Amino acid sequence: MKKIISLLLTAALAGTAAVSLSGCGASESKADAGEVNVYTWGEYMALGQDEGIANVVEQFEKETNIKVNLTTYDTNEELYSKLTQSNDSYDIVVPSDYMIGKMIKEGQLKEINYKNIPNYQYIDERFKKLPCDPEGKYTVCYTWGVTAIVYDKNKVKNKPTDWDALWDKNLKGQILMFNNSRDAMGIAMQQCGIDPSNCNKADIDKAVVKLREQKPLLKKYVMDQVFNEMEGGQAAIASYYAGDIAMMMEENEDLDYCLPVNGSNLFYDAMCIPKSSQNTENAEKFINFMQKPEIAAENCKYLRYGTPNTKATDYLDDDIKNSELTFPPKEYVDKCYVFKNLSDDVYAYMQEQFVKVQAE
Amino acid sequence: MKSKKLSIPYILWMLVFTMIPIVMIGLTAFRDKSGAFSPEPMMKAFGTEYRGVLLHSLWIALLSTAICLLLAYPVAYLLTRMKPSTQNTVQLIIMIPMWMNFLLRIYAWKILLQKDGALDMALSLLGIHGTYIGNTAAVVVGMVYEYLPFMVLPIFTVMSKIDGNLIEAAQDLGSNDFAVFRKVIFPLSIPGVISGITMVFVPSASTFLVAEHLGGIDDKMIGDVIDQIFLTDQNVGSALSMILMILILVFLIIMNLFGDEEAIA
Repeated sequence: MKKIISLLLTAALAGTAAVSLSGCGASESKADAGEVNVYTWGEYMALGQDEGIANVVEQFEKETNIKVNLTTYDTNEELYSKLTQSNDSYDIVVPSDYMIGKMIKEGQLKEINYKNIPNYQYIDERFKKLPCDPEGKYTVCYTWGVTAIVYDKNKVKNKPTDWDALWDKNLKGQILMFNNSRDAMGIAMQQCGIDPSNCNKADIDKAVVKLREQKPLLKKYVMDQVFNEMEGGQAAIASYYAGDIAMMMEENEDLDYCLPVNGSNLFYDAMCIPKSSQNTENAEKFINFMQKPEIAAENCKYLRYGTPNTKATDYLDDDIKNSELTFPPKEYVDKCYVFKNLSDDVYAYMQEQFVKVQAE
Repeated sequence: MKSKKLSIPYILWMLVFTMIPIVMIGLTAFRDKSGAFSPEPMMKAFGTEYRGVLLHSLWIALLSTAICLLLAYPVAYLLTRMKPSTQNTVQLIIMIPMWMNFLLRIYAWKILLQKDGALDMALSLLGIHGTYIGNTAAVVVGMVYEYLPFMVLPIFTVMSKIDGNLIEAAQDLGSNDFAVFRKVIFPLSIPGVISGITMVFVPSASTFLVAEHLGGIDDKMIGDVIDQIFLTDQNVGSALSMILMILILVFLIIMNLFGDEEAIA
């Protein structure tokens, strides 16, 4: 009896270990110019995942002899807690707008020496002094995009124009919503006429009412599962990030998109150097390499999120260059809002309320 | 004395990796953000919002455990009556799915149950259309599949150790097959049933991701809630974990009382 139990437990442990191990084991080229520790989102760089996609990290290693140690995170909060609570030191992180603001405020980022990043000249002016980094001292924008609606033309008869399509009673049981408090609450707040960029607890309470109203109509709250659901025709309509919608539309031609008429969330992720960095020069080299026009184009081709690099478009095919999902037009972007950093207290309240809506 | 020395590494292991973490979670559950003592996280965790999820999770776990038991018991019984070589093969077949990653198996169920999935296609040949995913039943199916081996193997191990002489004695005294089963095999297999139930109920009550993938909008489980809450509020997350642990503990104590009585009778 005991033997069997321990056998089972060993099997379970071995399984877990195998999974966690397969996550590591990135590049292993021998290098003598030191290393650079890059901590970034999962699936966030072209690493030769598919045919026709370059491996930009490998190219960087070959060109500079610097070894790249790549580790990934799933949420800004995970990145934040790793930076503040562990002893690991990273040379490059890629947080989003509101998290950059928080990190600058707390003095966790190093000022970047832009002299070492000549390719910074290609960055579009409007991404050089981001609202979270108004003086343009800490960031080199890596990607940007908006949230949008994806829908199945066969299932949604009236062409959606705004977020209210996600509250359409005719689509009961076929609607998917962000399973991420900030994005879901943002959409609900827009529906209540509240500016989601900076909210207080009373705003959250109003948004919660709107989300409660929506819940009976939903199929699910999803993040990555949205690909499977929409590409496989399992759901009718969903909210998600525009760049990812472009990818879904390539897999299923019944899908179409809508940029909500009243605007949506504009986000950008930027490469930053944490104070704890021990290879700052290599970090700057890496950032510079990633902004080489042809490299930025490779990443854009893989990610389908907008690149702020103005020269990169020369290397992109027309269908990507002209896609509203990858490069939302300026008139649209002007209607969008950017998330500002919320105080810990308000953010925890938001998360708690969002979980409660789901739990009820 | 000698045996005590040998147990030191295990005691150390349990202390470092079991006791200390549990104590830390217990402490976190009674503190506020600033680290001062506060009953607030516990009060929040006991709030009405989470009650439904807790009950729903326990209900799903209970249902999965009951179905596992119903399926596993006959299998375990039949296994004991097979030749040793067949026994090994069947045991292997039961174990094989567990060599694959847990999440992959859930994905496989998703493909089987979803609209235009394998089950839907097969049934549509008979003119029946539908989606079989996104409801509580799908979650229970996933759980049963996931944890069935944990029920079969302990019951089988206990059953196969039943002394054959006891069965023969019962037969000599005039018992028919049914009476032998009812009076000898079943009571003696209770310890296996108890450990089977423990090994299925505990992980299925606290599991996460299964409901997220196979369930619908109302099938949120407490494991998923704890996962999400921990992101921003470790205190309430810990408090919820504590409540879940206590509920499971209470369940196990009741189970064991019940089990002992059965074994005596």
